[in-house]
Amino acid sequence: MKEIDYAAPATLTEATALLARKGARALAGGTDLIVQVRENRRDAELLVDLKNIAELNTLRFDAKEGLVLGAAVPCYRIAEHPDVRKRYPGLGDGVALIGGVQIQSRASVGGNLCNASPAADSIPALIALGASAVIATPSGTRDLIPVEKFCTGPGRTILGPGELLVHLHLPPPAPNSSSAYLRFIPRKEMDIAVVGVGVALALNDNRTACVFARIALGAVGPTPLLVPEAGAALAGRPLAEADLERAAELAQAQALPISDMRGSADYRRHLVGVLVKRALRIALQRVKGG
Amino acid sequence: MTTSTTGYKVIGTRPLRHDGVDKVTGRALYGADVQMAGLLHGRILRSPIPHGLLRSLDASKALELPGVEAVVTCADLTDPGDRIAELGEGAVNLKHLSSNCLARGKVHYKGQAVAAVAAVSAHLAEEALKLIAVEYEGLPHVTDVRAAMQDGAPLLHDDLVTESLGKPTGKRSNIAKHIQFKKGDVAQGFQQAAVVIEREFHTATVHQGYIEPHNATALWNADGTVTIWCSTQGAFTVRAQVAELLGIPLSRIKVVPMEIGGGFGGKIRVYLEPVAAALSKKTGKPVKITMNRADVFEATGPTPGSYIKVKMGADKDGKLVAARATLAYEAGAFPGSPLGPGAMCIFACYDIPNVHIDGYDVVVNKPATSAYRAPGATNAAFASETVVDELCEHLKIDPLDFRIQNGAREGTRRADGPVFPRIGMVETAQTAKQHAHYTAPLGPNPKAQISNPKFEKAGDGANLGFEISGLRVPRRGRGVASGFWFNCGLKSSASASVNADGTVSLVEGSTDIGGSRTSIAMQLAESLGIRADDVRPAVGDTDTVGYTDVTGGSRVTFATGWAAYEAGQDIKRQMIARAALLWGVQPEAVAYEDGTLRCLSDDKKRLTFKELSEKLHATGGTIVGRASVDPPGVGGGFATHVVDVEVDPETGKVTVLRYTAVQDVGKAIHPSYVEGQMQGGVVQGIGWALNEEYIYNEQGVMTNASFLDYRMPTALDLPMIDTVLVEVANPGHPYGVRGVGEVPIVPPPAALANAIYQALGVRMDELPMSPGRVMAKLLAKQ
Repeated sequence: MKEIDYAAPATLTEATALLARKGARALAGGTDLIVQVRENRRDAELLVDLKNIAELNTLRFDAKEGLVLGAAVPCYRIAEHPDVRKRYPGLGDGVALIGGVQIQSRASVGGNLCNASPAADSIPALIALGASAVIATPSGTRDLIPVEKFCTGPGRTILGPGELLVHLHLPPPAPNSSSAYLRFIPRKEMDIAVVGVGVALALNDNRTACVFARIALGAVGPTPLLVPEAGAALAGRPLAEADLERAAELAQAQALPISDMRGSADYRRHLVGVLVKRALRIALQRVKGG
Repeated sequence: MTTSTTGYKVIGTRPLRHDGVDKVTGRALYGADVQMAGLLHGRILRSPIPHGLLRSLDASKALELPGVEAVVTCADLTDPGDRIAELGEGAVNLKHLSSNCLARGKVHYKGQAVAAVAAVSAHLAEEALKLIAVEYEGLPHVTDVRAAMQDGAPLLHDDLVTESLGKPTGKRSNIAKHIQFKKGDVAQGFQQAAVVIEREFHTATVHQGYIEPHNATALWNADGTVTIWCSTQGAFTVRAQVAELLGIPLSRIKVVPMEIGGGFGGKIRVYLEPVAAALSKKTGKPVKITMNRADVFEATGPTPGSYIKVKMGADKDGKLVAARATLAYEAGAFPGSPLGPGAMCIFACYDIPNVHIDGYDVVVNKPATSAYRAPGATNAAFASETVVDELCEHLKIDPLDFRIQNGAREGTRRADGPVFPRIGMVETAQTAKQHAHYTAPLGPNPKAQISNPKFEKAGDGANLGFEISGLRVPRRGRGVASGFWFNCGLKSSASASVNADGTVSLVEGSTDIGGSRTSIAMQLAESLGIRADDVRPAVGDTDTVGYTDVTGGSRVTFATGWAAYEAGQDIKRQMIARAALLWGVQPEAVAYEDGTLRCLSDDKKRLTFKELSEKLHATGGTIVGRASVDPPGVGGGFATHVVDVEVDPETGKVTVLRYTAVQDVGKAIHPSYVEGQMQGGVVQGIGWALNEEYIYNEQGVMTNASFLDYRMPTALDLPMIDTVLVEVANPGHPYGVRGVGEVPIVPPPAALANAIYQALGVRMDELPMSPGRVMAKLLAKQ
């Protein structure tokens, strides 16, 4: 491991200027980046520590505005936040799974998104919940990008030189709605998702039919995938078993799994079906139970 | 159930371990803690390809990097020629051992060491590796045992000729050796069978997974002596190997065994020690090398993947009449898989009149395998104990009754020849049958848990049960399996000095892996009639203690404990002589009982051990007891396990709900450490059974060389492992000790496979029984 420069800017302007330099990498919790640099999986000449920037540490909910989730907010703050638990439980499911106590204290959802692992546990729920990424650019503008378009490949995002993720914005939840994230791992902990599924759905006022649903998949493609047809198939349906089965089949059809050390393509496709149904049942139960 | 002698004062109690405080406070010194002035850090350059010729190696650019002090290659080790050396734990081909430390002209697996660098920091050494230019000529590779056995397979070694039944065949192949054990007439035996089951099995390569990576620090002094601090199961075998590989006399080398963070058989062969020594010789400075986890997986010795075919037959009364097995074990890059013990163990639990076993030791382009806890036996038992379960199903016989009926007992002859002395196989099956676990209701399948209201748990809901019409719910099953493993004797030494305060300082030569310091000290304490706390045990280096073989083969408590017992007898004789001197009587007139010396001719003359200890300096000096033993009378161990599982029929994920391990332990010296060995063995067996495996891509590269993707079970994946100690004393040991450390790893994969069968109705024939494999079997059945 060679010598690496380090900077800890206090403002977005400074940060974007530093990140425009050659070999610069954004550092939030560092739980992915430091390991990757040490193992020669990513190169870095300058680490730009973002944790001193106020905008990146914001975590607030407002019934009109929705949830603003700063890119450097550590996981434990999100997982323990009462509004997240109540209104965005799918996000809570995913965030709570990221690492043990020490990792939870460092790792951020912003970092999880920017690391762009296809198996990231927070991203399918963010996509299902309709989250957008707010990006700062060196020219001072703010871009707004749906999370499903943020990752462009394993380890790659749309961020260009000098650009950085400021916060994620989640719209206020619809009435009679809820969400869930489920992953499958062979162990109980200490594992990477073989498949992850995030769902969000809303029911009508008398809770007899689905108004809308969004389903996103992890670890079955080069990026986390939104599978719009699977969600759309549930709109107007009573969410009987046959409806869930239909959504599961559509999700399976859109999955693009590969075979690797974590599972075969066939097995992953099978799990997509199982987890979509299970996640939908959990979200449904949460609406009805809450 | 117990046949052991009772009435012990120390044996069978649970004193605190002597090294306990150092271990729990982090003060105990491991190899990575070694520091000294001028220490250089070494790193190893490893082959990126699984098979190829080393065309050239140019380290000039690396040596130009400031802070880099030396580079070594195989040229810096002595050319061992084609020699076999007896190094205490079995014969070793020195050419292969040397090539495994630093490749000689050819690489045989991805990760094989090619060169090493010493630099002033580990980071610089790492950078320097990138500056070494190596030219390889890639060759086709083979990583599967059956593919490697076929004609036309890429050959790993030009000079490897198959040896069959002890004789060279002249045929060049990857099959290094064919062995055979026969007893009776299997063809005739199968004719008497009412039920015959024949099945084929595959098991994956697995690693011991010790927490502490290999490490070695070496100082080649100006006087030509070499000191090595390392993590090893046997300081003396390190000394012998290093002497051969460096071509220097044994007496020039001192090996200091540091505390060890697990070995399980994998820390017997040397990897880093001769390399660190060669770097130290070149630089004149101490050099430390530590492996990272990927190095450990890719370049140390896992245990073989295997192919096993088993055929067993029983008559209508459930009596086993014949058994046939073919085992093919992956040796890895160089010959020497644990095929022999696998073939000896495969049917060792049973009294079978007609047996025929063939075994093949096969080289493949994977790291050279080494010992792993009951080497070879777990693979074998997975196959044979699954077939036994199927026989029981066809015969409608309770599987434990079957083992009680057919179990090996005193007088049973194993297929490989030896006749068992008093053993406890049948007792383990009887005890398991009487255990509450065996008859406890498996429980109804759990009711619907669609939503766990605590959302933080919902993410683990991939394993939740659902009770919705039309959906399947988790299935439970119970399985049993038995296993056998040997007990080695081998050589052990101990010396014990009596201190003036009535304590005894014990120095012995066995690396303490599972609490053996205390178990050995307890046997000395028992023999002297003093408290375990009054013995201060220490593990000596190779200049401090007499020759002692490796910590392995479930031998230490048996053999080094025996040495401590003999050292105790030596002290007793000298204490008696000293008391006789004090009292002016003949030694025959002094009795030594319960730690007290008593004059037989004058009942008022009595001295406790402590009282006499105080008088030693005034009566001729201190007393040192010594012993060096190579004991016969080894006592093999049997185990029978019962396990309950729950399987998610939608994902194939297996959860272990309850586990009971019953084992004949001879006599448990320190029951907590015996239980710890049993629990540890079971957990490793569960990992092997369910998720652990070396996964290779088409380029012959292991794709999961990390603890993240090489999935050992964590504490969260396991229930409490219940243990039941059956004590059928080993008649060959003063205190009835048997080997206990290895056999508990043998039954778990078969027990789990049998439980999965009961849960799902599918027979698993491949390890690991990972969720994807279980699901594939289930989907194929539907």
